[in-house]
Amino acid sequence: MIFSYEIPLILLTLATAAGAIWVKDLISSVLLLGTYSFFLSLVWAWLGAVDVAFVEAVVGAGLATVLFLLTLFKTDPKDTRLRRPPPSLATLIVFPLLGVLLLYAASDLPEFGDPNSPASVHISPTYLERSYQDTHTPNVVTSVLMDYRSLDTMVETVVIFASGIACALLLRRKEK
Amino acid sequence: MVDALYAVLQRPNFLAVVIIFLWGFYIMVTRYNLVKKLIGMYLIQTSVIFFLVSISAKKGATVPVLLSTTEPVKAAIYENPLPHVMTLTAIVVGVATLGVGLALCAAIYQEYGSLDEEEILKRLE
Repeated sequence: MIFSYEIPLILLTLATAAGAIWVKDLISSVLLLGTYSFFLSLVWAWLGAVDVAFVEAVVGAGLATVLFLLTLFKTDPKDTRLRRPPPSLATLIVFPLLGVLLLYAASDLPEFGDPNSPASVHISPTYLERSYQDTHTPNVVTSVLMDYRSLDTMVETVVIFASGIACALLLRRKEK
Repeated sequence: MVDALYAVLQRPNFLAVVIIFLWGFYIMVTRYNLVKKLIGMYLIQTSVIFFLVSISAKKGATVPVLLSTTEPVKAAIYENPLPHVMTLTAIVVGVATLGVGLALCAAIYQEYGSLDEEEILKRLE
């Protein structure tokens, strides 16, 4: 079955992604990328992944756009290359081939939305059924993220910290 | 061949994922501007996350927040929550790496006065 309301949202996503790719002014490109993120988060909310949609709307559409814009204000906001050179023969062969291979794999995938697909029958029902007894949180995503996988989430802050340190070091070198 | 085409049309999500992935990859390979390359990287990240989110969907299911906390839970009426948890981590880490890449771009611009790959190579010599 095709999710009918999802098709316009996916088309909007593809259109904004194409805009972000083709526009030469980098600031317009980044703003289009933010719109793309927002439409993508709407698609995910439609698919039922509300937590992921919130995070994408805040972090993807908000924070990533702000980071891009800050960089562009400090550097050159124009794509200086007015005429793009034609892509090499290798790219023209490899990319359609990769696309055909990826699409050929589609017939082996479980149908999207199938309740008996392998990802939905193996372990996830156990998490759904037992999470309230174990953690007393109605939101299963929160209980998995903050309780069952709390170490994982804690070490993720180390990753964020490391990237923050890296940014600070790189930009401090810039001040000299 | 017709079967494969039919299978793709049954899965519009997967078609969108493949298109966005290939666009991002193509931009990363062929464009000379470093910020454009990072835009391509962001497209690749979001397309992979989109694939995981589409895997987690179930027909006729609702968001993975329990409707009633007293009755026993029927797993078939909720979406699969595990890919959501993975993708939450992936989004945040992806934006963190994007920030490092943008800081690198700013440092390169400060040093060489350009974001164009070939200009930078010319000034390196």
